[in-house]
Amino acid sequence: MRLIALLLLLMPIAASAQSVPKLVPDVSQRQIDIQSGFTGAELLLFGAIIYPRGVAPEGQIDVAVVLRGPTSPITLREKQKIAGIWINADSSDFRSVPAYYAIASSRPLDQIVDDKTAAIYELGLDKLQLSPSGEVDAKEQRRFSSGLVDLQRRGGLFREEAGSVEITDQVLYRARLNIPSSVPVGTYVAETLLIRDGRVIVADDKVEVRVRKTGFEQLITILARDYSLFYGTMAVLVSLLLGWFAGYIFQRF
Amino acid sequence: MDIYLPIANLSVNALVIILLGGAVGMLSGMFGVGGGFLTTPLLIFYGIPPTVAAASASTQVTGASVSGVFAHMKRGGVDFQMGAVLVVGGMFGTAAGAAIFEILEALGQIDTVINILYVLMLGSIGGLMAKESLASVLAVRAGRPVPAAKRRHHPLVANLPMRWRFYRSGLYISPLAPLILGFITGIMTMLLGVGGGFIMVPAMLYLLGMGAQVVVGTSLFQILFVTMTATMMHSLTTKAVDIVLAVFLLIGSVIGAQIGARLAQRMRPENLRLLLAIIVLLVAIRMALGLGWRPDEIYTVQAL
Repeated sequence: MRLIALLLLLMPIAASAQSVPKLVPDVSQRQIDIQSGFTGAELLLFGAIIYPRGVAPEGQIDVAVVLRGPTSPITLREKQKIAGIWINADSSDFRSVPAYYAIASSRPLDQIVDDKTAAIYELGLDKLQLSPSGEVDAKEQRRFSSGLVDLQRRGGLFREEAGSVEITDQVLYRARLNIPSSVPVGTYVAETLLIRDGRVIVADDKVEVRVRKTGFEQLITILARDYSLFYGTMAVLVSLLLGWFAGYIFQRF
Repeated sequence: MDIYLPIANLSVNALVIILLGGAVGMLSGMFGVGGGFLTTPLLIFYGIPPTVAAASASTQVTGASVSGVFAHMKRGGVDFQMGAVLVVGGMFGTAAGAAIFEILEALGQIDTVINILYVLMLGSIGGLMAKESLASVLAVRAGRPVPAAKRRHHPLVANLPMRWRFYRSGLYISPLAPLILGFITGIMTMLLGVGGGFIMVPAMLYLLGMGAQVVVGTSLFQILFVTMTATMMHSLTTKAVDIVLAVFLLIGSVIGAQIGARLAQRMRPENLRLLLAIIVLLVAIRMALGLGWRPDEIYTVQAL
């Protein structure tokens, strides 16, 4: 019953989809586990483009893939030199900063989409909608936004990799994205966009990647966050025991 | 060997952390100080967030001071009465430190304050130590007897009301003096991740006028309990104690401490003190320059 209802619902979409290609995206890993040896990960985003009647259109197509971490509000502080020393002097709040943002595209973004489209789909580091709050001075906002993007880019948490999406026979595409060890946990969304003549023809953001700590690392994080009294006691006992034990051992030599 | 630090949320080279702990441990073995004053800045240079560095360093100092306390207890080098007063002061100090930490963090000034405190503290202590040890070194070179330090408590201390007798320390002074001393080092422990040994020891000698035979043991006793309190306090408030980081630091430092202790036996004490003074001053100068240099990162992110 439910299946039929679902099919009925999909009917109009399927009808209109006849002229629009369909994306079948996937990732190499649906889950990234952070364990003691975690030094970062490499994610392969790949998929196929299914054209109506199976014929690829004339002209060039482009693909962009975006991997985006969970967003959260932050305060960005800016250091200035005051009385000879560098101290945090100014700050700005942003309401929605992705913990991670990587975009890979088959050609440089400014060659495949116009400014307006890029802004709508948030394609590119300079197009992120970070929702600054408080300060309304546009010039100041831009300074803070570019400061934030630059900081995260050098830390490997924001990436823009033009030309790293490979397209085979206009049908298959793939891109590798690197994830640094300092990546925050959460649910990441992988979005794939098919672009032609400067317009986004079809986009898909149904692929999710979960980044989580597992095993010992997860245990420690949970203990430290939710059972802090126990965690503190444990930390004290561990250091006492280790210190005492080492002293005891060395006395024997 | 890379190891992921679950609280700092980044991956570090375990060998670097062990070696860092080892170097600091060697100094602490040589000079009888906890070494927290070097661990925290070195961890920050390595890229560990300052709060995690200070919190985990205090956990490491606990482990580094245990065996020392036992050793001093065995030969009667701990004044428990004095130690208890210092510890009570220290516990109030860590609580005050936690409150200060929270306020400064909300204002975004915690890093700057940590740096300035380090410069002031290391600069003044290092300067005093350098002056004193240089005088002894020169005196030994010239064949003169080393000028004995005057053992008398500071007039300010003598003026405090309500005197107690501290038998082991050979003192008849107000408990307020060690209470305040403990309080101040407690704040330092919480903010800087230092045990405070290199403030305590000179303060005990030159401000309180304690007998030299109980100074190091009693200071270690106080450090042990106050760093334990600081670890608890950080676990409850900043939640920045990274036990993995602390364990790797400890592995290095306990081994380093033994090597350091053996090295120290081969060196003249006044040369040793001069060497420590130079190291302390170098760290202070490096941190002072760091305040004025353009930092690598102008911007910092703080979660709301």
